[in-house]
Parts: sequence; C-alpha cells; structure tokens
Amino acid sequence: MALKLPIFMDSQSTTPVDPRVLEAMIPYFTQKFGHPASRNHPFGWEAEAAVDRARGAIAGLIGARDPKELVFTSGGTESINLALKGVAEMYREKGNHIVTSVIEQRAGLDVCKRLERQGFEVTYVPVGADGLVDPEALRAALTEKTILVSVMLANNEIGTVQDAAAIGKLAKEKGIVFHTDATQAVGKVPVDVEAMGIDLLSCTSHMLYGPKGVGALYVRRKNPRVRLAPMIDGGGHERGMRSGTVPVPLTVGFGAAAEICREVMPEESRRLAGLRDRLQDAILSKVDEAYLNGHPDRRLPHNLNISFAYVEGESVLMGLNKEVALSSGSACTSATLEPSYVISALGVDSELAHSSIRFGLHRFSTEEEVDFVGRRTVDVVTRLREMSPLYELAKEGVDLKTIKWKAE
Amino acid sequence: MAYSDKVVDHYNNPRNVGSFTKETPGVGTGLVGAPECGDVMKLQIKVNVETGVIEDAKFKTFGCGSAIASSSLATEWLKGRTVDEAAKIKNTDIVNELKLPPVKIHCSVLAEDAIKAALADYKDKWSNSEAGAERGAS
Repeated sequence: MALKLPIFMDSQSTTPVDPRVLEAMIPYFTQKFGHPASRNHPFGWEAEAAVDRARGAIAGLIGARDPKELVFTSGGTESINLALKGVAEMYREKGNHIVTSVIEQRAGLDVCKRLERQGFEVTYVPVGADGLVDPEALRAALTEKTILVSVMLANNEIGTVQDAAAIGKLAKEKGIVFHTDATQAVGKVPVDVEAMGIDLLSCTSHMLYGPKGVGALYVRRKNPRVRLAPMIDGGGHERGMRSGTVPVPLTVGFGAAAEICREVMPEESRRLAGLRDRLQDAILSKVDEAYLNGHPDRRLPHNLNISFAYVEGESVLMGLNKEVALSSGSACTSATLEPSYVISALGVDSELAHSSIRFGLHRFSTEEEVDFVGRRTVDVVTRLREMSPLYELAKEGVDLKTIKWKAE
Repeated sequence: MAYSDKVVDHYNNPRNVGSFTKETPGVGTGLVGAPECGDVMKLQIKVNVETGVIEDAKFKTFGCGSAIASSSLATEWLKGRTVDEAAKIKNTDIVNELKLPPVKIHCSVLAEDAIKAALADYKDKWSNSEAGAERGAS
C-alpha cells in the first residue's frame, strides 16, 4: 500500500473517529433526534435508551458496577473540573487539602491553582525518573485535612501508567476520595474502577476513536458514595451533577467507541506495542545520545517519547511536519522558553527537556508509516546535529556543564 | 505555528553552516544563549585584518527553526560588510526580514547578541595585534 502523507502520529492529542462509530451516530442526527429527558413520547424514550446503552458500554469498559455511576460531560477537561471543584465544594467542611502530582495534565493543575486561590491547600507530589508517583510519598503528603487525592492514570507525554491500585488502596484506608484523570488510559489499557479503588474517573471520547465534544465522569455510588457539587445548574440531568441536554449523537458515538475498544484492546495493544518498539529500535539504534523518557515497561502501548541530545525539539518537528504530525515537549513560543514540565519533573537536564519528541500511534497506524517516520526522524536529527554548536562541543570532548553560558 | 517562507527557506537551506578554527587570524567567535533556555548560537566572522572587511561568516545553532533562520540570515548579511557596518545590524532588521511573530523575537535578539559577541571577540583578539597596528599606521 502506498504511503499517504502526512502521517498522523499525535494520538495523545486526539484520535480519528472509527468509521463504525460514525455509522452508529448518523441516525441520531436527523431521525432519532429526541431529547433523552423527554419522558412522555417515543422520541424521548428512544433517545434515552440510546444514551443508557452508551452509558452501559462505557461502564463495561472501566469496570463500573452500575452504568448510573457515569455522568456525561463535554469532555475530559470538564470532567476534571467537575471532579476537583465538585469535591472541593462538597467536602469543604471536612477539610481543605488536596494531594496531586506534578505531572498532571494542564486541566488538573489549573483547577488546583484556582482552588488554591480560593483557600484550598494543594500538595504536588514529585515523580521518579520513570514518571511514577511513589505511593509512600503520597501517604506522607496526606494530612487530617486531606479530602481528595488526584493522580492521573497515564501521562499524556511520557505514557507512564501509575500504580492506581496502590493509590486507591491508600485513599480507601484513609477515607479520602481518589480521582484519576484516565483520559489517555481508557480504551488503551485495562482500567477497573473496582479493582483499582477509583472513586472518580475522568475520560473523553475523542481519545478512543469517538467524536470530540463528549466525555464522562465516573462517580462511585457505593463504598463510599461520592457526592459532588454541580458546576452547571439547570434541569437536573445526569443525577443532578451535570445539567444540560445530553448530546445524543456524540454520546452514542462514545458508547460505540467504548464497545469497540473493549473488544479489540488485547489484540490492538499488542500490535501497537510491537509497532512502538519497532519505531523505538529504529531510532535508538541509529542515533547516539537519544534517550527514552518515562517508564520502559509501565507505559501506554502506543506512546513513545524520546529526547535527542544537542537538538531542540521544535526544530526537529519543523523538519518533519510536512510529512508527520508529532508533538514536542519543547514550547519555544514564550519569553520564558520553558521546556516540558513533565520531562523536567523526571529530573533530566533541561536541555534534554527541550529536545523531547512524542510519537503517538493509533488504531490505523501501519508498519510502513512507522518505518518511514523512523527513517525521517533519524535524518532530521542527524542534519540538525551537524549544525548544532552543542554537538560540536561535545564531540570535541568539552563538558557542556563546564561552560559559563551567557543566558539572557 | 506557521512559519514564514523565508524562515522555512533558511531552515531547509541554511547558509554558511560550519566553523572556523578559532586561532585563524581575523576570526572572531561569539557563543551566546544557554542550553537550558533552548537556544545556543555560535557565530563566527573572518575579517580581513588589512581592510576590516568581513570576508566570510559561519554559524551553528541549537534552537528552533526561527533561531536557525535568524543566525543563517545574520551570516549572509555579515559577509562583505566592514566591522563597523556589521555593528549596526539590529534585531528588528532580522524580525522584519524573516517576519518573525512576537513569540520568536528573542531569536533575533540572540542573533544580534551573537554578532556583537563575535565582533567583540575579533576586536579583542586581532585589533591590537601586529596586523591591526600596521593597518592603523597605514
């Protein structure tokens, strides 16, 4: 099969809708267009049944006992907002302390910053060089005032998968609510809210080959029953936790996507991990001083993050972006020139944090694409190193750390 | 971010990539920026110590595409100018030529710093040398 360019390898940002998902959605735009809260006629019943079927599919994918434990939202960001702010408001009398990690996705960190301005105290626990949160470090951060532990299940840059079960066990032991941002994990690796002791779980449809614009928050109903203050008031939809008309076509798509993921996950994750390893080998065998970021084993099967010493990430992307869609941890777009906070949190040198490239495989990635991207990446990095003063100095045997840099 | 055509051109076909031996008579070297900031430029000029004209210039840059383009453009502009004329190159000239967006202006600032550092190094090393003194006498 001929290679079609550009190649999409940025699946941590979004995924294409699976054609089977789109097909399931279509009737719900023009024919089955009822409002799921219309209780008095067949249009409403039909819509409600479709939404409940989707709820059941997502519940099945994450091991929830009762589909009613799922609240539909507009996506991962809203789910995270509802979880964190909802708990903060509801449990305020019990305490004002939240424990989270330094590598949470932007939404989690930004909500925490806002809560801090509102008088909450937030502890950001560090991660190890492999990106793992040490449950004992979490334990040490807990106080009598702690009402919530929020740690992401899988990281969006390095793909490291946390030991959620250990964190859930700890939270249960202390009677603290445990939220996990599982945006990157659901549909990709096995998730079981019961086995992992998860009380709140955020996820989104468009990361698992469903449409953009819909997500879900799992809210545990038993052992313990978690209560949330709603962020949006209105008709009391979604058990009063999220008012607003449920977008039926999107929700149906989300459900269909979840069903497919559940069915294909074992085979798909094996296949993608194989392609991922192939890409990793193709690059690391040809480029010296290229380093894998994140945990070598406990990571998402489709995720690969590599730092290339002596070249800057954005310049690597520029050499590839006509042919391959990728992402870099380096955001050389602000006066502060801050590299990825996730890569920096791993304790790597900041110049390596400026050099990280993230590859994201997906359901439709092929071996041909992987081989092409591997080759092109090696070419671009090699070319950029030929014009890198740092590479030249390093090859001359100069230790870059001994140079007194004139930073602006 | 979309890059201007000129930035893309310099990135794809960088002018004057390379290095001079620092000890070569008339060579001035500027090394500016810092790895932890994501930008390092090495810019070198080779000046005819008799005439004060920059006969050649080379660069190597660690940084984003705009940083590479800024330093590549700087080497083009430096060639053929006298040391005094070279000192007049401003970062805003680079911004205008490459149509750099506001978030990339620091790349042009770094290029100007690199030019100044190379000129200062040249003056430091060679203006007071025998050759420089002869030129002053003639």
